[in-house]
Amino acid sequence: MGKMSPDAIRDVLMDCILSVAPEAEFGALRVDRPWREQLEIDSFDFQNILVAIDSRLGVNVPESDYRKLSTLDETVAYLAARLPA
Amino acid sequence: MSEFLMPSLGADMEEGTFVQWLVKPGDKVSRGQVVCVVETQKGAVDVEIWESGIVDSLVAEPGQTIPVGSVMALIRGEGEEAAPAAERKKAIVGQDEEIKAIKRGTPRREAAPRVRHRGKAQETVPASTVEAGKSLRVSPAARKRALELGVDLGAVTATGPGGVICLADVERVSAPAPEVRPESAGSAPEADSRRHAMREAIANAMARSNREIPHYYLGTSIDVEPALKWLEGQNAGLPIAGRLLFAVVQLRAVALALRDVPALNGWFVDDAFRAAGAVHLGVAIALRGGGLVAPALRDADMLGRDEMMAALRDLLQRARTGQLRSSELTETGITVTNLGDLGVESVFGVIYPPQVALVGFGRVAERPWVDDGKVVVRRCIQATLSADHRVTDGAVGARFIGRLADHLREPESLWER
Repeated sequence: MGKMSPDAIRDVLMDCILSVAPEAEFGALRVDRPWREQLEIDSFDFQNILVAIDSRLGVNVPESDYRKLSTLDETVAYLAARLPA
Repeated sequence: MSEFLMPSLGADMEEGTFVQWLVKPGDKVSRGQVVCVVETQKGAVDVEIWESGIVDSLVAEPGQTIPVGSVMALIRGEGEEAAPAAERKKAIVGQDEEIKAIKRGTPRREAAPRVRHRGKAQETVPASTVEAGKSLRVSPAARKRALELGVDLGAVTATGPGGVICLADVERVSAPAPEVRPESAGSAPEADSRRHAMREAIANAMARSNREIPHYYLGTSIDVEPALKWLEGQNAGLPIAGRLLFAVVQLRAVALALRDVPALNGWFVDDAFRAAGAVHLGVAIALRGGGLVAPALRDADMLGRDEMMAALRDLLQRARTGQLRSSELTETGITVTNLGDLGVESVFGVIYPPQVALVGFGRVAERPWVDDGKVVVRRCIQATLSADHRVTDGAVGARFIGRLADHLREPESLWER
């Protein structure tokens, strides 16, 4: 996968969200607040987004880490730290 | 001879737009079979028939707006003579008058039986066993367009995912549209009017609920740390798509608590409570673009762990693509809503009539919790109950909430009974 910049990771993350919830509106999203609530993503959608992230970035998020994916910034940082080398 | 009627798919439905027949005169139909598609304020619904027999004649035509309780087809028993032309005509004339009446804005009719027998007792409750009917899989937008263009969906080749007929498939088949659509975003007003219709339907049902149902509300905090730990253990090592959702654990606990307290599972009809018998949980699902629908997760107390997850996944997908079956909108004995994903801690819901209770879950949040005299941090949720005081008292509701909390505190025994 090589080294990806946080911006590139963020773009992929947004792609993954849009592939599950095409109506998601990122314009007014506050990056320091939980994104699932703001984008009205339920747990079923969230699971599908994680499937998309796994296939795009090769990061398989275990259930016990779901809490670490709260804000967009936290999610990007979490993924950046776990990208396969 | 019996009449197959436009069903009432919920307290908020007054009429439906007929979309398409999946049977033709002379066809044999069996109880539980999907025979037609009706567009409602909640999207397209596959309508099942509750009587076996032979299709005598089809009365409803695509594009017609038909009031609840009006005749859509005549069904004859095996060996029965075909209906005389006069009888068929009567059905059609009667229907035209009803359609005119609804256009004039006459008062709505109460929920009607699905099949009206001529000279026989009325049948009002469907059986709980439904044979899955075969039908075309069509996206709601494609259905709408096919209706506008007069395209026979049976003749369309599906290219969408999973063999679904999509908008492009319909437009490919139709002759070039005579009128030029003003712009490509021309469907926006349609979406607006759809949203408006659904808003109105919800408004009617909820206004009726608050007018007629004396609600009482109970709530409690539940330490779900053991349930979440159990869930994380179950899901560890599983591929993401195979993981059990906490929502399934919650629904399972509700289903078991309802077995313990069946007085909250059923309908208040004609001034009396009628128990539902089976545990069909209405799962409130927010639709993209607004509105919601609460179709039944059938026999939720009988489903194994993975079966329940698969059933929920299927229900969510079909709710959002407009592929629900009529029985899923009518057999629900109680509704469960979860607003935790949106960040709220507790929800005191409005009961969906004629149901008599609604269970609400808030979000999982870390809270100080006293355990064995010490303050510890635990993940907790708020579970709430809105119930109909005409049917039950607070003591019954409290027993339900207590049982629900017990089941959530003992996750390892949830599927061991």
